[in-house]
Amino acid sequence: MTMNRVFHQKNLFFGGLIIALVILIAAFAPLIAPFDPVNDADLMNAELPPSASHLFGTDSSGRDVFSRVLYGARVSLSVGLITQIANTIIGVSLGLVAGYFGRFWDELIMGTTNIMLSIPVIVFALAIMSALGPGLFNIYLALGLTNWSYTCRLTRAQVLSVKKSDYVNAAVVLGYSKTSIIFGQIMPNVLGPVLVIATLGCAEAILMEAALSFLGLGAQPPMPSWGGMLSSARDLFFTAPWLAIFPGLAIFVTVLGLNLFGDGLRDILDPRSVLKNT
Amino acid sequence: MLSFAIRRLLQFIPTILGITLIMFLLLNLIPGNAALSSAGKLELGADVIEKLKADLQLDKPAYVRYFNYVGRLAQGDMGQSYLRRYDVADVVFDRLGATLKLAFSAIGIAIVLGVPLGFIAALKQGTWPDTLSTVVAVVSVSIPQFWLGILLMYVFSYMMHLLPTSGYGDGASANLVMPAMTLGLGYTALLARITRAAVVEVLSADYIRTARAKGLSEFRISYRHVFRNAFVLILTTAGLLFGSLIGQTVVVERVFSWPGIGSLLVESIFQRDIPVAQGCLLVIVIVFLIVNLLVDILYSVINSQIDFK
Repeated sequence: MTMNRVFHQKNLFFGGLIIALVILIAAFAPLIAPFDPVNDADLMNAELPPSASHLFGTDSSGRDVFSRVLYGARVSLSVGLITQIANTIIGVSLGLVAGYFGRFWDELIMGTTNIMLSIPVIVFALAIMSALGPGLFNIYLALGLTNWSYTCRLTRAQVLSVKKSDYVNAAVVLGYSKTSIIFGQIMPNVLGPVLVIATLGCAEAILMEAALSFLGLGAQPPMPSWGGMLSSARDLFFTAPWLAIFPGLAIFVTVLGLNLFGDGLRDILDPRSVLKNT
Repeated sequence: MLSFAIRRLLQFIPTILGITLIMFLLLNLIPGNAALSSAGKLELGADVIEKLKADLQLDKPAYVRYFNYVGRLAQGDMGQSYLRRYDVADVVFDRLGATLKLAFSAIGIAIVLGVPLGFIAALKQGTWPDTLSTVVAVVSVSIPQFWLGILLMYVFSYMMHLLPTSGYGDGASANLVMPAMTLGLGYTALLARITRAAVVEVLSADYIRTARAKGLSEFRISYRHVFRNAFVLILTTAGLLFGSLIGQTVVVERVFSWPGIGSLLVESIFQRDIPVAQGCLLVIVIVFLIVNLLVDILYSVINSQIDFK
């Protein structure tokens, strides 16, 4: 049992380390990258295998894959961050309203949430993409507006369990306003679990963006995105495997970091799992 | 039992209506009207644009158009392709077989591999098979599925020449192996984790202690008590997983040029052929709902303790 606990804290540590690294890479890409990810095309040096001057080789336009992978971190992180901020704001607000005000609002919001849950997220995202067309901005919309159902449900459940508690009753008796009860007494109870959902959701969104970009629906060339790089590598894969290996590894490591961090966070925040592990 | 099935079937209707409403809103209320702007981009003839306008009934208010749309859907009419002269329903159902074959093979792989793995991990908690399954689970949910597919393709088709790279191959099972593995492996790990959790929970229940006290053999306990009770939970989860799995077929079909609904959906999104895209999306969602319905009914058959009310 103690081993288990140590293992989970390792999760948090290694996950956090990976995330920090990817954030640094995204922030300092222009300083680290040896070449420009878009403009340094050189057809004379197309599809070179990895070497000292091109660590990850070059692509079909002769661009440096290493530099493109570094810049690709920006697209993936922006997708993860923007979509999860949007999902969290929508989910928490609707959950608070449904839980706190109940009745009509509860029925309406939970009805909608149940319908949303009955559509797989990727199908929902594809529906939005089919209406709006391809592009990175549309990916933000497609993934930021569709994946809030779990946050909403969780917030509502948390509100319902806290609403009847003595300290909320005390706040009501003391004449606190609804807003101050919601934000002062109820919100703090919701934040921990919501953070876990957002971290794991961030990983999911990055995978989803990669998949949509692989389908050709995401960031359009020549913008360096990992999914987009894999998409253009598909037909060249047998002759130039490095084109697919490195962007894929980048996605894998980033998502792994977020998943580890999210799992570790959950084990620390969830009182039940803490009890179970000590 | 029957009344439960019927009631569950009736719950289907508001869900379907909600989904068609969302689809309709997406298509119709987006600024600039997607359909007509796509017609402009494709430089269609004036007659086609007139037909589009007539089809979309743009002169009528939105709610009238919505009810017409639902009415036509109820008669199995999903409209006509903007680009080709075919009925959407025909072509979508034509492709459904390939997608179902892929999806069911994948969930089959996940169940056959994942459930025993989870069982072993739970019975041998804290030992290396348990740790290994934890690690494999985290790794496999973090791997982009299409990347895994490309890697498998490289190893088994290009290096070892064991399997065909892609395509349907007239339904040959050799063509099915890699797409099904690609789709199924991630879910195998998930199912293993869920099975483990379910079995661990059942093992700590009082009736297991009673069974031990009665002197039943460990094998009999595992089989009769643990598995039967854990199975209900596993089955429900497999049904839920199937939803995300059927969504992922879109990506896997693209990797392996599998001629299912997913490929059709992606093509139609590129060509801005909205009735076809909408038909594909609707059929995918309906398949998901039907599978969940069947799982629910099966669940109630297996677990006769469930109160149907």
